[in-house]
Parts: sequence; structure tokens; C-alpha cells
Amino acid sequence: MLANTKNAPAVENSPAQNKEAVNKKNVYKVEQLNLWYGKDQALINVNMDIPENEVTAIIGPSGCGKSTFIKTLNRMTEMIPIVKTNGSIYYRNENIFNKKYQVEYLRTKVGMVFQKPNPFPKSIYENVVYGPKIHGIKDKKVLDEVVEKSLKGAALWDEVKDRLKENAMGLSGGQQQRLCIARCLAIEPDVILMDEPTSALDPISTLKIEELVQDLKKDYSIVIVTHNMQQAGRISDKTAFFLNGEVIEYDDTATIFSSPQDKRTEDYISGRFG
Amino acid sequence: MNERSNKTSISKMIESKSSQQGMKKAAEGLMPKFFLICAVISILTTVGIVLTLIFETFSFLEVVGISEFLLSTEWYPLHGDPSYGVWPLIMGTLMIAVIAMIIAIPIGLACAIFLSEYASDKTRRTIKPVLEVLAGIPTIVYGFFALTFVTPLLQNIIPDLSIYNALSPGIVVGVMIIPMVASLSEDAMSAVPQSMREGAFALGSTRFEVAMKVVLPAALSGIIASFVLAVSRAIGETMIVTVAGGANPTMDFDVTSAVQTMTAYIVQVSLGDAGYGTTEYYSIYAVGMTLFVFTLLMNILAQFISKRFREAY
Repeated sequence: MLANTKNAPAVENSPAQNKEAVNKKNVYKVEQLNLWYGKDQALINVNMDIPENEVTAIIGPSGCGKSTFIKTLNRMTEMIPIVKTNGSIYYRNENIFNKKYQVEYLRTKVGMVFQKPNPFPKSIYENVVYGPKIHGIKDKKVLDEVVEKSLKGAALWDEVKDRLKENAMGLSGGQQQRLCIARCLAIEPDVILMDEPTSALDPISTLKIEELVQDLKKDYSIVIVTHNMQQAGRISDKTAFFLNGEVIEYDDTATIFSSPQDKRTEDYISGRFG
Repeated sequence: MNERSNKTSISKMIESKSSQQGMKKAAEGLMPKFFLICAVISILTTVGIVLTLIFETFSFLEVVGISEFLLSTEWYPLHGDPSYGVWPLIMGTLMIAVIAMIIAIPIGLACAIFLSEYASDKTRRTIKPVLEVLAGIPTIVYGFFALTFVTPLLQNIIPDLSIYNALSPGIVVGVMIIPMVASLSEDAMSAVPQSMREGAFALGSTRFEVAMKVVLPAALSGIIASFVLAVSRAIGETMIVTVAGGANPTMDFDVTSAVQTMTAYIVQVSLGDAGYGTTEYYSIYAVGMTLFVFTLLMNILAQFISKRFREAY
């Protein structure tokens, strides 16, 4: 199984990817994933490999299952009692649906940024140190460093360094979202999942987040769900097009946008529906 | 064509109806006045009660003197040489309230955390109404429960517990207010947005960490307000302490012997031990006033806390 996981991308990926396949690893390998909300199937036979240190965009019309998909990657879908899944998701070669798999470990390694900024109603400082603290880091000096490093990483440090003790709810929407990114960076995850992180933000805040995503991919693997096709085109390396719970096409972003293989992808990105 | 004529006739009907709606307009004008009168009645009643309390308290203090009432530590109103120091009654009341809160806060809060953070929808939907039914049991039933069940039970553990004591009614008052603490705290915790829990779960928190470090602090103002309201309820509780607490105003802080609370004293005198116009008779207004001040302060405190410590989310 392990060997299979490692070899698979070279077979499935496009020729351009092939050359790099030797040093490009996958963080995720999704196999035959199906998901139901009660009786409604939201994901149908999803197969996808998600490469390391790249930005993978997931696009598609509303209700196509893209948010559901990204939430299965850190098992957040479990929070809804009626959800049933089958198939496998391998994160770093381990099946996260395995009964023995520690979901808290997974979520420590795989951070998530949500559609609506959701800082805790605590100070900016407390928001950032929340993650390190629950994982047992208590040394004040270390925590201070984490705060500075994470806020710098999220391009927020200069704006808030003089008011770290103030309530995070007083920040603007864009700042709150970058704080949520900083909060996620504070525990140094391996992957960052972003579920339409800019859909509630104004264009300037959106631009800042997009630049940030470009920066972050040096150190993190990023999966981003977006409604905005231009955004996918600007910031992602690979793009998956979802429609009615199925992956219609998954390829390099350049290929998807210049010469899509499937008629439906072409219709969607040229704005004929969705 | 047909549709169009239909439409016209409907609009004509509305027009013709609207000319006949004088009654409706009159009612529309009268209703606010009616509602205002209802609101004013309830306010006037409260004001009337408070004024009565104040005037009768003054006539009591004219005889006894405020210094004796507030500074003396002995309460023997029915004695040949009566003494009217209110402190034994206050201490009796606070003893019951403290015992009650020691029982109600941990259990009520644990119950709220379970309901809000752990229980499935189905469990919550079953347990919450049950809690609210518990809150509706008449307090006299709790009083008999304290006297005839809890006290004998406690006597097995503490042999020299007297039949009337502070411990048993204190515990039972605590049990009585558990549903209130649980229900109000649960409301405060459920009001914390789900997105905040998701944010915490996504950082690898366990359920317990989410409950204690995110939901509880975010709901703190509501939770503390529920505690304060519960204290106010415990202070004002009457039947349980009258039935099971005894009638012995003391300052010795012994939970195993009989005490008397402010409310129990008012019951004792109201039941006819004192004739109209006597000093003892007026003393119940002074005690009532003290009680009112306590519960009023508690309610103001609860309001202040829920505003002041509100963590906006």
C-alpha cells in the first residue's frame, strides 16, 4: 500500500509534473472517497493527489461538494452527525479514517482557515498562542516568539504589534482573517486548508491574503477552495474542478485554464454556467 | 384577459374594503394605549410594594432604632426583653445560600457543559425539558423532601445532626436551583457560535479543551449571571428553609444545628405569632426590606456582569 501511494502520482499526473515526480511528494492521497449527508450523496468517487509545497485550488459552482471535500481532509465533516463516508484519505501515507488514527494529531498537522474569520473573543496575543498552549507549550519567552513569528508570517505584525492585548474582535475583517492564518501558523502545520478564505473580504484584503498564500507555499502545502476562478488562476499551481460531487478535471492550473480536456470544465471557466 | 380582469377586481375589492375599515383603524390607535396601561399596572404594583416596605420599615426603625437593627448581633423579637439585631437572620440566610451554591454551581455547570458540548441533539432535547420540569416543582415539596428524606439520610452520616438544621435545607435549595444554573448556563454556552468551536477543533483541540478554553470563557458573562441569579433565588427561598431549617436565629455558623433565615422569620411572624401594630409585626417589613435589598443588589450585579464582561462575538 505504501509503495503504491508513492508511485501513483507519476502515473496519474501530467507530463510536466512527471519530471518533478522524483522530488515532489504528495501530502495527501484520496482514494474512492464517497460522502453522504443522510441520503444525499455529496462526494462521488473522488480520487486526488495533493502535492507538497504547492497551492492546490478547488473550484466549482455552489453545492458541488468543494467545501465538503476540503473539510474531509481534516475530518471536520465528522462534526455533522448525519455525515457518512467511505473510501480512504492517506495523509503522509496513513489512512486518516483508520479507527486508531488520532484526529487531534491530524488537525495539529493540518491547519484550517474558514470562510468567515472566526477569531476567539480573546486578545490578539491569546488567539495566536491558543494552539501552542493547548499542545503544552507554556514558556512565556517561547510563546512571545511564536506570536511575533506567526503574525509576521501572516503579514499582520506591523499592524497589530502595539496592541497585542486588545480584543481580536476589534480588528477589521481582513485583519481577523490574517489573524486566523497566524493562529494556524503558530502550531507550524504541514498543510493549510483554506475554505473560501477571501469570500467575506474586500478586494484589498483579498489581495493581501492572495500574496500571503504565495509566500506561504514555500513552507506549507496549501489547499484552497475558491468561488473565484481568477483567484484560482492567479495563485494556484494545480486546480481541481468539482461538479455535482465529482472531480471533473484535475490538472496543472495553466492546463486547466488554457486547454481544459472536458467540455464542462471549459463551459465553467469560460463563464457559461456557475 | 381573464387574469387581468381578475387582478383588477381584486384591487377594486381591496379599495372598497379599505373604506370600510374604520373599526380597524380605531383599534390600531387604541391598542398601544391598552398595552401601555398593562405595562404601567405592573410597574405601579412594584412601586407600591417597595413604598409599603419603605414606610413600614421606617415605622419599625422609629421604635427600634437603626443602630440596633444593623449593629446588634442578637435577634429575640418574641422575648420579654426583645432584641432586634438582624445579623443572625442574614447569617442564617447566607449560610443556606453558600451551601446551596456549593451544590448548585459545580453540578449545574457540569450539566450545562454536558448538554451544550457533549450531548447529542436527541439527548439534549430529552434532558432540557426534564430540567425545566424540575424547576417547576413547588418548593414546599422540596421542603418536605429535605425534612423527611435528606435530614434522616444525613443523620446516618452525622449522628448529632439535629432534626432542624442548615445543612439539609441548604443542600436541597442547591438541588432546587441546579436546573436554573444548568439551563441558563447552557443557553449562554449554546449561544457561542459554532464557528468558534470549529476554529478550536481545527487547531487540534479535544472536546474538553474546546469546552473549557473557548466556549466557557466566551459564555462567561452569561454563566456568572446565572450564578448570581441563582444566589438571589437561594436567598429568597422560603418554604424549604421554613420547613427544614428550624427557627433559631444564631450566629454560631454551625450547619448541624437549627438556623433561621430572613424568609423563615417572615413566615413565622406572618402565621400569627404577632398582633397587628406590634413591633414584631413591623419587624417583618424591616427584614423584608433587607431581603429585598439583597436580591435587588444580586440582580443589579447580574445585569452589570452580563454587560461588563460580555465578550462580543
